[in-house]
Amino acid sequence: MTGSASPAPDSSAAPPPAPGSQLARERVRAAWLFLLPTLVVLAAVAGWPLFRTFWFAFTNASLADPAPPEFVGLENFVTVWGDSDWWRSVRNTFLFTGVSVTLETVLGMIIALTLNTRFRGRAILRAAVLVPWAIPTVVSAKMWGWMFNDVYGVINEMLLSAGFISGPIAWTVDPQLSMVAIIAVDVWKTTPFMTLLLLAALQILPEELYEAAKLDGANPVMVFFRITLPLIRGPMMVAIIFRVLDALRVFDLFYVLTSNSSESMSMAVYARQQMFEFQDLGLGAAAASLLFGLIALFTILYMALARDSVAQEPA
Amino acid sequence: MRQALFWLKKLGFGLLVTVITLYTLFPFYWAVVSSLKQGSALFVVEAWPRQPAWSNYTAVFTEQPFGRNLFNSVVVATSVVLVSLFLAVTASFALARIRFRGRSLLLLMILAVSMFPQIAVLSGMYELVRALGLYNTLPALTLSYMLFTLPFTVWVMTTFMRELPKELEEAAVVDGATPWMICFNVFLPLLKPALVTTGLLAFIAAWNEFLFALTFTLSQEARTVPVAIALMSGASQYELPWGLIMAASVVVTVPLIAMVLIFQRSIVSGLTAGAVKG
Repeated sequence: MTGSASPAPDSSAAPPPAPGSQLARERVRAAWLFLLPTLVVLAAVAGWPLFRTFWFAFTNASLADPAPPEFVGLENFVTVWGDSDWWRSVRNTFLFTGVSVTLETVLGMIIALTLNTRFRGRAILRAAVLVPWAIPTVVSAKMWGWMFNDVYGVINEMLLSAGFISGPIAWTVDPQLSMVAIIAVDVWKTTPFMTLLLLAALQILPEELYEAAKLDGANPVMVFFRITLPLIRGPMMVAIIFRVLDALRVFDLFYVLTSNSSESMSMAVYARQQMFEFQDLGLGAAAASLLFGLIALFTILYMALARDSVAQEPA
Repeated sequence: MRQALFWLKKLGFGLLVTVITLYTLFPFYWAVVSSLKQGSALFVVEAWPRQPAWSNYTAVFTEQPFGRNLFNSVVVATSVVLVSLFLAVTASFALARIRFRGRSLLLLMILAVSMFPQIAVLSGMYELVRALGLYNTLPALTLSYMLFTLPFTVWVMTTFMRELPKELEEAAVVDGATPWMICFNVFLPLLKPALVTTGLLAFIAAWNEFLFALTFTLSQEARTVPVAIALMSGASQYELPWGLIMAASVVVTVPLIAMVLIFQRSIVSGLTAGAVKG
């Protein structure tokens, strides 16, 4: 992992003095001094707490019991494995991730393609698209929770007057329906992010390709699937994995929208409930470790892709 | 025929743009409308309140410690931005401008930390916060938010720092400048746009954070805005004060929207630098 092994030569970094010279050694020492505070903080807020969580996962640590925790081996993992609430939370999390990331990708692509064409008011639309992204998740959840309100909600009112439903629906109470509500909020809130990343990828595509396709008489759908999609596949995959990572650790939307019912929990909500509401720190830590493992898998995939895109940069 | 097709296309596109705009803006519009309704008017669905009133806005500050909550959020988010930026500038200087053994590995590690699910460090962080005597205080939040702001700011600042011309640095070295002077006197002024971008994104992330704020604070007075809004309750357990909640939501959101719209361009470039390049 030394500089020479990295695929991209650093043309801008450091005028390279003769290796091993006084100046070079001083610079390297300065580099470590400059990095030290950041590394210490990261070790304190990431490394150490993660290590403790892994340790708690193998102990009977409990918030109710001040005595030092005892090692219990895999007991917590066995308990989590046999808990139907856990498996329901796993199912919920995967369902949420799969459906919302798919919808966000499709919607994000439609909006990005719209924004990529020239029309009057494009700047206004691009600004409008950013608004949901700027709104805090908890606030979005509350705003939509109010719109989904069973008696006074505007969504029921609209569906009723359009004749789609015959009576008001308890969106956030019924576990099946609350999933619809949660996905709706997430799609609304994070599609802008997807849009921005896809738009950035679309804007660097060469114009000539499209002119050539036009001359050949290709229709827009064909152009999209034969030219656009293959060309932006890389950035799109990175954006999708980024969103998947975010969706897998979802906490606030589930917590705020469904008031913590055991029927509709995400994996993170399950873990926190074990830790702090049931005070079983060990059990919660075991669940959190499992979620960490899952996300680590996706992170490795992401890094493999990201490394490629970093390597392509002239930096 | 050709003409008709042209207008049909134009109409379809206009419709698409209208639908997108309505979809993105309606929930916020509805929150504003609801926040201006009082009493039973709140429970009537109408596009604009017949008698718009500010009572929800005054009530949220008098019946709830919402002013205090806002203050907390401002303090936490500002301190998070200042600390992260200082650490990120020094770290990214080392990572972007100096070659040393283990640099790529460090960059990968920092990127990996930015992927940490917060829940995975929650119990360990809780223990740390208690051990440091920070439980139910704002510094607990500032410290824990470093988990997600620091890797991000370091990563984005490194990509910006890499793009500065090496001639500047060479000239400074010839003049006998130390790395510290190069970093802060030569480079920092050039990095102002990058600082604004990353600072804003870190501010928004800290302003929005919920899980740590929920877990590491106990009293209403120590809560930040998202937790206060999430836990806002009315006279009885089953009656949520929707008018107040909507007013609080609008109060929290308006400055953010204003900020995002003003700094649109730099935010977009920061987001793409953090995600696509990263």
